Amino acid sequence: MSTPTGNERFDPSTTLWRDGRPVYDRRDTVCVVGAGASGLAAVKNLREHGFGVDCYERETSVGGAWNWRHDRSPVYASTHLISSKPFTQFPDFPMPDTWPDYPHHSQLLSYLERYAAHFDLLPHVWFGTEVVKIEPADDTSWDVTTRSSGGYGSERTHRYLAVVIANGHNWQPKVPTFEGLDEFRGQTMHASSYKDPKELRGRRVLVVGGGNTGCDIAVEAATAATQTWHSTRRGYWYLPKYLLGRPTDQVNDRMQAARLPLGMRQWLAARTLRLTVGDQSRFGLPKPDHKVFETHPIANSQLIYHLGHGTITPVPDVRRFHRSSVELTDGRHVEADVVVFATGYLPRFEFLAPEILGADEHGRPTLYLHAFPREHPTLAVAGLLQPDSGLFPLVHWQTVLIARWLRLRDRDLQRAAAFWSRASADVGKRWNRARVKDSTRHWFEVNHVDYLRELQRALDELSPATATTARSAR
Amino acid sequence: MTSVRIMRTRDWADPVPPARRELLTATPEIADEGKPPVLFVPGFGHGAWAYAEHWLEHAAARGFAAHAVSPRGHGASAPAPKATLRAYAHDVVQEAARLPRQAVLVGHGAGALVVAHALARYPAKAGVLAAPVFGGWGTLGLALRRNLFGTLPAAFGGRLRLGRRQLFGRELPDAQARGYAKRVGHASAKAQWELLRARPPEHPVGDPPVLVVGTPDDRVVPRTALDKVARRYGGAPLLFPGMGHDLMLDARWQEPIDAILDWLEKDGN
Repeated sequence: MSTPTGNERFDPSTTLWRDGRPVYDRRDTVCVVGAGASGLAAVKNLREHGFGVDCYERETSVGGAWNWRHDRSPVYASTHLISSKPFTQFPDFPMPDTWPDYPHHSQLLSYLERYAAHFDLLPHVWFGTEVVKIEPADDTSWDVTTRSSGGYGSERTHRYLAVVIANGHNWQPKVPTFEGLDEFRGQTMHASSYKDPKELRGRRVLVVGGGNTGCDIAVEAATAATQTWHSTRRGYWYLPKYLLGRPTDQVNDRMQAARLPLGMRQWLAARTLRLTVGDQSRFGLPKPDHKVFETHPIANSQLIYHLGHGTITPVPDVRRFHRSSVELTDGRHVEADVVVFATGYLPRFEFLAPEILGADEHGRPTLYLHAFPREHPTLAVAGLLQPDSGLFPLVHWQTVLIARWLRLRDRDLQRAAAFWSRASADVGKRWNRARVKDSTRHWFEVNHVDYLRELQRALDELSPATATTARSAR
Repeated sequence: MTSVRIMRTRDWADPVPPARRELLTATPEIADEGKPPVLFVPGFGHGAWAYAEHWLEHAAARGFAAHAVSPRGHGASAPAPKATLRAYAHDVVQEAARLPRQAVLVGHGAGALVVAHALARYPAKAGVLAAPVFGGWGTLGLALRRNLFGTLPAAFGGRLRLGRRQLFGRELPDAQARGYAKRVGHASAKAQWELLRARPPEHPVGDPPVLVVGTPDDRVVPRTALDKVARRYGGAPLLFPGMGHDLMLDARWQEPIDAILDWLEKDGN
């Protein structure tokens, strides 16, 4: 698959040394970590801007989280997209017209495989290779240490012009600790290991977590399990997947296109939901304690349906576990055989010293546009976003920005410095006008319109002015 | 010129509805991995058939996987009386993204404008604009002068009829020219208006090389318009004197396609 081509690939004559081990200089090549959606977009856009790229992927195929064969993949058999096609696809590689509005996860994998083949990205990916360490070298370049996945084989270190980290943030399960969890005799699992409703058939199931995954699993349990409880910390706004006859996100973007102020959009959305979905508290759900758009949107048409049919019982947060039951904050006990924690994921960069990304004591990185660390202009993180729409359009333009930025650093140091000092002032900004809830779930929550407008501004600043003037002068 | 427009609210909030499309293909006998697939886009009123006459087979014979798409409402694609330029460009990008590898887009006439719009949505390997009609009121003026009664209805939302002497050079036998002219249909009235309004296409994504070819004896595209389009993409047009507007159907169809394929072998890669 990936075979060394040409003489310059890993030329041993350019060997440097670090801690008594050889470092192979890859000169102007950029290293990309991960060949999931974000990694592939990074490879493609860096190539398009003329960079050589080495991409390291620990698995033996592309697709990252969307490849159900990967042991870190969180998808379950029925996973469908929650954003409709125009928000899901890369802006320069549309999904086929024949696909439904909300594709299945297997379609998404084949989409990524076709993307990689179409743009000839596979020769740049080193499969079955995991990144062990990323350390700054003397100047602004980086030493990347890799080895075969699984830990056997020797480690090798290469020096790169820049590094783009695209290792995903939906693979390290976040499992809450509860008192009495050890003595609980039922089965507990994190949503990441849930794959199929067969596992729930004929059992009494408690699903913990009101995110999109929690709601999906609750809906699956409703048709498979004998009884389903769905525990949420607060009331959420449950958006149906279709509103006014169109995919909901497309309706919402019509309002955003009109540049209605946030307050008015929130009022309109709440009003529309009230008219179509109705009063959620009728179904036993708590009233949302926040306005629409202040938590990550939950797109699920079936949850309300099952609540209305009594096949899902809404319950409040879990207080503690007992031997044979789970105690809730309202004092009720539910006797569940299976507890599924759909409690989300945490980002993890085990190959990087935490201070490089400016991480605080909770491990939350501080970055400009959730991509650029303040102290390291040649390091970037791609796809570390929780948009209120699909991720791919955002990560596409984000990686275009990374490529343009690296190009500009190479060509025009003065303009690059001006951009960087402006950008440093915006490090840690949130790109979301709504006051989103402060939880790990919402660390990277961005409004796609706010975020893309800022990306547009940054891209314009970095646009190759020299190339454009040369063209118009001709 | 701004770098690239990434706020595409219209594409998000109001995506182009799908339509059945005709795609004609000629595959080379020996596949050459080094040569990109080529997607031909016909101009207004023409269908994929216009390329199937000569150019598709010729490109395949030279080792290129060659495809021609009929945008909606053209050729054997689904009828689309209300289609816009955006819908035509959508059809082109859809077919390009379906090909196994990064494709070259070749557009003719107003199809060149469709390709120019498609280049802003799909990072093509290269773009070729043949006898490009980028529109504007000048195009209407010239068409009225050359063919008053064929053009006049179009100015009022009716159909545009192009005469065979507008489309072909003198060398093409009269019977053949008549036959081709009979097959020429028309684009949607909305798209014809958009052509007159001449909204300039956005900047191409991925910075592909772009070649402009044409003929100084074109009775649809004046020489000045040809130069203007070529300048836009930073070059000069490649000219084939003595030919009519329909380069791919005229008697000497082989010269421009050979020049295009030569360019692809040399620069387009």
